[in-house]
Amino acid sequence: MTIQNILTTVQSVTELGLIGSLTVLALFLSYSMLNVCDLSTDGCFTLGAAVGAAVAFSGHPWLSIPAAMAAGVCSGFITAFLQTRMGINSLLAGIIVNTGLYSVNIAVMSGKSLINLNAAETVFTKLKRVFDGTFLAGWHRVAVALAAVVIVVLLLTLFLKTRLGLAIRATGDNPEMVRYSSVNPVFTVTVGLCAANAVTALSGCLMAQSQKLADINMGQGMVTVALASLLIGGTLFRRGAIGLRAVGAVVGAIVFRAVYALALRLEMPAYMLKLVSAVIVIIAISAPYFRKKLPEFFKRTGRRKEGGDA
Amino acid sequence: MLELINVSKTFNAGTVNEKKALSDINLSVKDGDFITIIGSNGAGKSTLFGAVSGAFIPDTGRIVLDGNDITRTPDYKRASYIGRLFQDPKTGTAPSMTVEENLLLAAGGGRYLSLPKKAARERLRQRVASLGLGLEDRMKTPVGLLSGGQRQALTLLMATVNPPKLLLLDEHTAALDPAAAEKILEVTERTVKEEGLTCLMITHNMSSALALGNRTVMMRDGRIILDTEGEERAGLSVADLLSRFREASGEELDNDRMLLS
Repeated sequence: MTIQNILTTVQSVTELGLIGSLTVLALFLSYSMLNVCDLSTDGCFTLGAAVGAAVAFSGHPWLSIPAAMAAGVCSGFITAFLQTRMGINSLLAGIIVNTGLYSVNIAVMSGKSLINLNAAETVFTKLKRVFDGTFLAGWHRVAVALAAVVIVVLLLTLFLKTRLGLAIRATGDNPEMVRYSSVNPVFTVTVGLCAANAVTALSGCLMAQSQKLADINMGQGMVTVALASLLIGGTLFRRGAIGLRAVGAVVGAIVFRAVYALALRLEMPAYMLKLVSAVIVIIAISAPYFRKKLPEFFKRTGRRKEGGDA
Repeated sequence: MLELINVSKTFNAGTVNEKKALSDINLSVKDGDFITIIGSNGAGKSTLFGAVSGAFIPDTGRIVLDGNDITRTPDYKRASYIGRLFQDPKTGTAPSMTVEENLLLAAGGGRYLSLPKKAARERLRQRVASLGLGLEDRMKTPVGLLSGGQRQALTLLMATVNPPKLLLLDEHTAALDPAAAEKILEVTERTVKEEGLTCLMITHNMSSALALGNRTVMMRDGRIILDTEGEERAGLSVADLLSRFREASGEELDNDRMLLS
């Protein structure tokens, strides 16, 4: 492995990790703060990719970002509406929206299952020209991703400290208590999911432009991959300030990408990615449960042994 | 200031579990009243609070607060002028958020997207210090790590940090150990007095029902069977109260948690 090789790998790990970390930040908002497991994440990621690619393809790379995020807001609003106003269980609401989005995404891509951006101008190619000739040449892709992540982390951290942000955090913690603070939890869930899905769509939008391809299946399993990253990040910064925990989510995403890249180097087939993330999520979520149950289990087996001796 | 006019509520109407929780309640609360409410199990005390705070809309009747009909106002809107505390200290606080964050949320004020100012934090810290529980040094502690008494004191502060028109206390000391319960009652009495709050308090403690406040209401089967204040009330003992209950209802006062002493 040459230096050049390593550098390319580091670049690609950082870039993909950062872009993917936006989805992790979205789940940080919906899953960790609002306590809603938003299963529409997969479809919303693809929605962002499709809308972003379609807009960029038509010659407006800058416009692709707000367009994708606006699409994400709509998707999040529908998910929230289903679970707060239509009496649909929150998991089911996510799954339903996810299914519906499959058709929407193909419609957005003019009935095709992919948009090729090889010849199109994207946010990345625009900035490449800015960076060319400077010492940062070649790092433009990482720079775009990093800028997006820094902005989202800053805004998210600030947002979670506002009155509305506190109410959103309280909604995930104790929804009754939010009512007593004269805030309608329907409102907090809606705002939270709209914001989270805007960020998920941004993630998809940047991913499509960085890979020069929007594909109908690119979001598949995203929610599990992002959850795995979120939980890895959570073990790094379990307690502490909100900002630190948001950074932890980003670090988790990059660590996840790095481990994945390493596994590929060690000849793990690429299709194993999703199985690995599934296992990570299982371990990370069940670990606290077993930590609680294990002493009980040992006690029980211990007693049985004593019984056998007697 | 608070008027309940012919308020009735039946739960599970038309089923075998039908329960007439409130029947034709008429209650007129004056500004500055501190009313203690006692009654047997299932007498409708908490249901009465539910009607006032907006947990449900009564089947009949009207609820008027300061001249405004609030019968159909949603609960989260009423929460800005009606504070409510429950028996379980966990009800009113968000456990993974800090003492300060809980208070900031309760104190509200400002726009949705405004960031809390330093002066506001300091003011809240002073309010916490005035509880006399040493919580002012634990402003950054998640509320889930506090004891039940500390948590209930915090909930009381959250409910009164913006003085509400009406404070509803639903056996808010019943789940606490005696020392903590006494402390919370003391803080409650002080807060109500200092802020001049109008307050309704459900209690299972007969002696504090008579010792606290200026008026006592007794409920049974969704009705108010005794409403006493002034000199008449001042002359009452716990034994009198029990016999008054027997007279009015024809049976013994029956409440699992009742404390007679």
